[in-house]
Amino acid sequence: MLDITDLTVRYGKLTALDEVTISVAEGEAVFVVGPNGAGKSTLLKTLAGLLRPAAGQVAFQGRPINGGAPERLCRGGLALVPEGRHIFRTLTVQENLAVGMMIRRDKAAAKADLDRVMDLFPILRDRFGGIAGNLSGGEQQQLAIARALLQRPRLLMIDEPSLGLAPLVIDQVYASLKALNADGLTLLVVEQSTARVLDLATRVHVLRGGRVVLSDTAAALATGDAMEEAYFGYAGQADA
Amino acid sequence: MRNFLQVMIDAVALGSLLALVALAIGLVFGVMRLINFAQGDYITIGAYALVVPTASLTPALLIGALPVALMVAGIMLVVVLLALATERAAFRPLRDSDPATLLISSFAVSYFLQHLVMLIHTGRPKSVGIGQALTTPIDIMGLRVPGIQVVTMAVTAALLIALVLFLKRTPLGIQMRAAAENFQMARLLGVPANRVIAVAFVISGVLGAVVSLLLVVQTGTLSIRMGLMPVIFAFFATVIGGMGSLAGAALGGFLVGVASVLLQSYLPEGLRPFRDAFVFGLVIVILLVRPKGLIVIGAARERV
Repeated sequence: MLDITDLTVRYGKLTALDEVTISVAEGEAVFVVGPNGAGKSTLLKTLAGLLRPAAGQVAFQGRPINGGAPERLCRGGLALVPEGRHIFRTLTVQENLAVGMMIRRDKAAAKADLDRVMDLFPILRDRFGGIAGNLSGGEQQQLAIARALLQRPRLLMIDEPSLGLAPLVIDQVYASLKALNADGLTLLVVEQSTARVLDLATRVHVLRGGRVVLSDTAAALATGDAMEEAYFGYAGQADA
Repeated sequence: MRNFLQVMIDAVALGSLLALVALAIGLVFGVMRLINFAQGDYITIGAYALVVPTASLTPALLIGALPVALMVAGIMLVVVLLALATERAAFRPLRDSDPATLLISSFAVSYFLQHLVMLIHTGRPKSVGIGQALTTPIDIMGLRVPGIQVVTMAVTAALLIALVLFLKRTPLGIQMRAAAENFQMARLLGVPANRVIAVAFVISGVLGAVVSLLLVVQTGTLSIRMGLMPVIFAFFATVIGGMGSLAGAALGGFLVGVASVLLQSYLPEGLRPFRDAFVFGLVIVILLVRPKGLIVIGAARERV
C-alpha cells in the first residue's frame, strides 16, 4: 500500500531522514519507534505532504506522491493525526468532526461513519456541542483520531498517540486502534515509547539518527531484546 | 448627560468603522499570518474608483454616478478584485515565508498602490460629493445624529451579523475558522489553502469597500493616504483584541474608536492635539496587562 524508498529529508544542512526505506502492506499496523530526534515526526510530516523530501520516492497504492500538497494527499486516502493532536480548540466537537468530513462527497455514508466513530468514542457524543479546547487530553486524542477516521482514509498515520496521556487513557486509545486495525484499517504509527508497541504492531521499524536501524515483524521482536538494543544503540556499539 | 450620549454615538460610530477594518486585517492574519497594511490602500482605491481619473480637484463621478445599489456593488467589485490581485501576485508566492517577509511585502504593495493612485489621480486631495443627504443630522430622542453615523452603525451591525453567520453556520465559514486557528492542520484535513485564503481576501475587500464608501460620505474628500490612519488604528485594535481572534479584532476596533473619541472630547484642550499619543499609550497599557490581547486563541490550558 505504501512504499517508502531511500527517503531523505533535510532541514538546511541537517539530515533528519537518511535513505529510509519502509513498506506498509494493506491491513498492517506498522510502528516506527525511536528516541527523540530520530526523525519519526519528520517521516509522517513528509508522507502527509507538509515537508518536501530531498531525495527518494514515496508511492501510495502504486502511485508516486512525493511533494504532493497535504489537501490533495488526504483526498487520496492518507490521514495524519499529528503529534500534539492539533484539534481546533475554539471550535466545537461537532465542528471539528465537520471539518474532518469536508472531503466526503458521499454525505449519507459520512453521516453513518459519524455515528460509527461516536459509537467507538462515546465521549464525543456526550461532548458533541461543547468547545473542543475544554476536552481532556485523552478526549482530545479520541477527537483527533475520530476526525481523521471521518476522512475514511486507506492509511491512518498517527504521531505518538500515547504522548502526554495517563496510562488508563493510553489503554483506551490503543484498544480503539486495535479495533480499527482488526476492522481492516491500515495503520502507520510512530511512538517514542516502546511499551505498548508489540500489543498492536504487525511490523516494527526502529529509527535512530534518521536511519532505520532495525526492521522486523512484531512476532520476531516479541522475544529477545533486539528492539531495545537497536533503540538505545547497544547493537551498533557492539558491532563497532 | 445629553452631551455624553452625543459623544458616545460618535465613539460607537468610529469604533464601528475601525471594527470593520480590524476584522479585515484579523481575517487575513488568521489564515495567512500576514498583517496586510495594503488594506488601507484597498480603502483608498475603493474611494478613488468613485471618480473619473483626472488631475481636477473636483473630479466628475464615475462609479459614484451610478444608482446607490450599483455604486456599492461596483466599488465592492473593484476592491475585491484588487485584493485578490494582490493576494495572487504578491502574497501567494510568499505564503510559506516568515511573517516578517510577508509584512515587508505588504508595505511594498501598499507603497506601490499609493503611487499608482498618485500616478492616475495626482497626489492632491480632491473633494467629492456623495451621499450628502446622509450628513444631515437626524433627531433621535433629542440627540442630533448625522445620518451617516446611523448608517455606519447599522452597516457594521449587519456586516458583523452576516460575518458571524457565515463563520458559524456555513461549511466554508467553519473551514475558515479552522484554518485561522491551525492552517496546517486544516490543510491536512483537506481544507484547500488557496480557496480559504482567497475567501479571506474577498471578505477583506468587501469590508474595505464598505469603509471606503463610509469614509467618503463622512469626509467628502479623497486623499492618497485616507486609508492609512484607519489601518494603523485597526492594526492596534487587532493587537489589543488578540492577534488571530476575530471577536478580539472587532472588540479592539470598538475600544480604540471609543477611546479615541472620548479622549478627543474629554482631554484638556491643550492636550487634545496629542490624542493619538494617549490612544497608543492606552494600547501599551492594555498589552502590559494582557500581552496576548484581550481574547486569546487556544487559551485553554493543555489537559492530560
